[in-house]
Amino acid sequence: MSRIDVRKTYKLFIGGDFPRSESGYSYLVNDAKGTFVANAALASRKDARDAVVAARKAFGSWSSRTAYNRGQILYRVAEIMEDRRPQFVLAVQQSEGLSAAKANAVVDAAIDRLVWYAGWADKLTQVVGNANPVSGPFFNLSTPEPTGVVAVLAPQDSSLLGLISVIAPVIISGNVVVMVSSFERPLPAVTFSEVLATSDVPGGVINILTGSAATVAPWLASHMDVNAIDLVGVAGEIQLATDLEVAAADNLKRVRRAPASEPDWTTSPGLDTMTDFLEIKTVWHPMGV
Amino acid sequence: MEMTDNLMPTADVFRYAPAPESRSILNLKASYGLFINGEFVDGHGSSFKTINPSTEEVLAEVAEANDADVDAAVKAARRAYTRVWSKMPGSERAKYLYRIARIIQERGRELAVLESLDNGKPIKESRDVDIPIVAAHFFYYAGWADKLEHSGYGTTPLGVAGQIIPWNFPLLMLAWKIAPALACGNTVVLKPAETTPLTALLFAEICQQADLPPGVVNIVTGAGATGQAIVSHSDVDKVAFTGSTDVGKAIARAIAGTGKKATLELGGKAANIVFDDAPLDQAVEGVVNGIFFNQGHVCCAGSRLLVQESIADEFLDKLKRRMSTLRVGDPLDKNTDIGAINSDLQLARIRELVDIGEAEGAGRWSPACELPDRGFWFPPTIFTGVTQAHRIAREEVFGPVLAALTFRTPSEAVEKANNTPYGLSAGVWTEKGSRILHMAGALRAGVVWANTFNKFDPTSPFGGYKESGYGREGGRHGLAAYLKDGAA
Repeated sequence: MSRIDVRKTYKLFIGGDFPRSESGYSYLVNDAKGTFVANAALASRKDARDAVVAARKAFGSWSSRTAYNRGQILYRVAEIMEDRRPQFVLAVQQSEGLSAAKANAVVDAAIDRLVWYAGWADKLTQVVGNANPVSGPFFNLSTPEPTGVVAVLAPQDSSLLGLISVIAPVIISGNVVVMVSSFERPLPAVTFSEVLATSDVPGGVINILTGSAATVAPWLASHMDVNAIDLVGVAGEIQLATDLEVAAADNLKRVRRAPASEPDWTTSPGLDTMTDFLEIKTVWHPMGV
Repeated sequence: MEMTDNLMPTADVFRYAPAPESRSILNLKASYGLFINGEFVDGHGSSFKTINPSTEEVLAEVAEANDADVDAAVKAARRAYTRVWSKMPGSERAKYLYRIARIIQERGRELAVLESLDNGKPIKESRDVDIPIVAAHFFYYAGWADKLEHSGYGTTPLGVAGQIIPWNFPLLMLAWKIAPALACGNTVVLKPAETTPLTALLFAEICQQADLPPGVVNIVTGAGATGQAIVSHSDVDKVAFTGSTDVGKAIARAIAGTGKKATLELGGKAANIVFDDAPLDQAVEGVVNGIFFNQGHVCCAGSRLLVQESIADEFLDKLKRRMSTLRVGDPLDKNTDIGAINSDLQLARIRELVDIGEAEGAGRWSPACELPDRGFWFPPTIFTGVTQAHRIAREEVFGPVLAALTFRTPSEAVEKANNTPYGLSAGVWTEKGSRILHMAGALRAGVVWANTFNKFDPTSPFGGYKESGYGREGGRHGLAAYLKDGAA
């Protein structure tokens, strides 16, 4: 008699914990061939708000860590992903219907991207900051700082490489994230949250909600304690993206607009993936004796 | 807070003879049209009067641009962008900007007098702060025009920029908008504020003197409706706005779902934090400069004083004594420290919030000071015993009104300073270097002045966190707003 396997429950990831949706709802997730894989938690408005509270709580400590430390922590996430690569390959195959070889290539690229962003932690300030030669006896320095709580609507198609490509640039500079995963392909996001839980990323720095961007995003876009939003997950949905931009204006969130279609995540990212969620702070001090 | 007995009525001790700057340098016309495609043209809308806020005298009649006028200006800007300006080598654009900078220096006195007349600010500020920085701003960005490949933001301009500026620093805000836009190869349609259009119109003359190609700079005067026409025009690629947070939010909503980019420089409620080890006399000067510079009509004004409890009584005494020596009056008088409030509307807003401050129980104090009979005036004012719940501690007064609060520990100061939806600027006064750097890091504001306040420079980026807006003006970062590979 063959053994009955133990199935996994796919849950949300909020403040370092794995709660079910407060709403009690879940939704059916099939693999690319239409076979049942899991019932994923369907995040609600309340879950989104809880995630924002957890993120805000984590912001002070995460943003005040040294850049070196954040770089180390992100690199460690890459190490754990490498360790669990079969699990990610399977999740990508299930979600995206790729061959094993192609899924392996996606996981390679995702891990490499994490490593690339990890290295930016202690270089970003040097590249985008400035010493300014003001016309007077003053020390004047402009440095980047994280914007704060960033809501990220993860891409719908690229369930792992896309996911890593939108999370890593936001947190590496000291921001914290509330992310809504791909609706139809949430499993790599959940697997990633399990990596986070065993890494050194403090609880609340990355919060992952599985479910529908159309349902959850309006609450994040209008939330007065969210500082910025990345709309890439609603690429091509012009009306929804416009509505979210309008809602985001309530507290002047920094908005990374929805592109017409999902970007090609295999191309090298630009600095804007990070700088769109930075504030430039300029400090003056007189020079004299 | 009681005043100490040894407070001298200094205003009486030091009487100054009037020293008015002459207006004869000006050659004001009775009426002005719009500056479109290099020429002054009649508008198709109505017109409005711009007055001297210190006397209520009418200075000139100015056209109010309607939708058709704005459309004509945008078309002129588009034509100039496509045919001339975006094709011109950066080194040639640079020379036009250098020319403009030089003419501003040459006509500096005239610009300063006109700015003080139309705005109400003291001549010593328009002469020594506004106009010199205007010229410097054009000089700075002129030099970037042929070096954009080193900017980090590419070399591709956005196209036509619609720019809307406020009345508190009319020509300076024009310079902050136009200089980087032109350096990057964009053309502009700019609307000055309805109460202060005159220096922008004089700037249009300067563009003519510089032989700037027609349509590169277009100036359309008007009020809110004219601004809306610019923001909603389908052929505008970029909106740059300085003004209130409410209007900034309306602009963000209006351009949602479009490809238009925006920079918004909005309101503030800056904390000026004085620790017990601060050099107190310097700090008093800094706090006075922070809130009474330009009548407090400054988005980054240090409108909340946070003073450490152990020195609060001593500091407030010193501050009040210094406030008693401030001279309020004729903006053209070279000895004037505080000029006229820019408009009756703004005066009403200040009075309303000050009345609320009193009604909510804060202690109001102003030095004895005679205000002129005509015009719009408000004395330098401080509220003591203010709590964070008071509206004068939360809302932008945009006038010479300081709200004084106290704190005990550095972390309490940070908490109180950051307890606002705004995040434009902040000030820190202490002799302890490590504390300055700690505070500078902890304050959520785009500009932190340590042991100084209200300093501006073309090389230094300026702009806010949170609801104070997004984007930076000034410095290398200021280029991002006008280049394709710049920020969102």
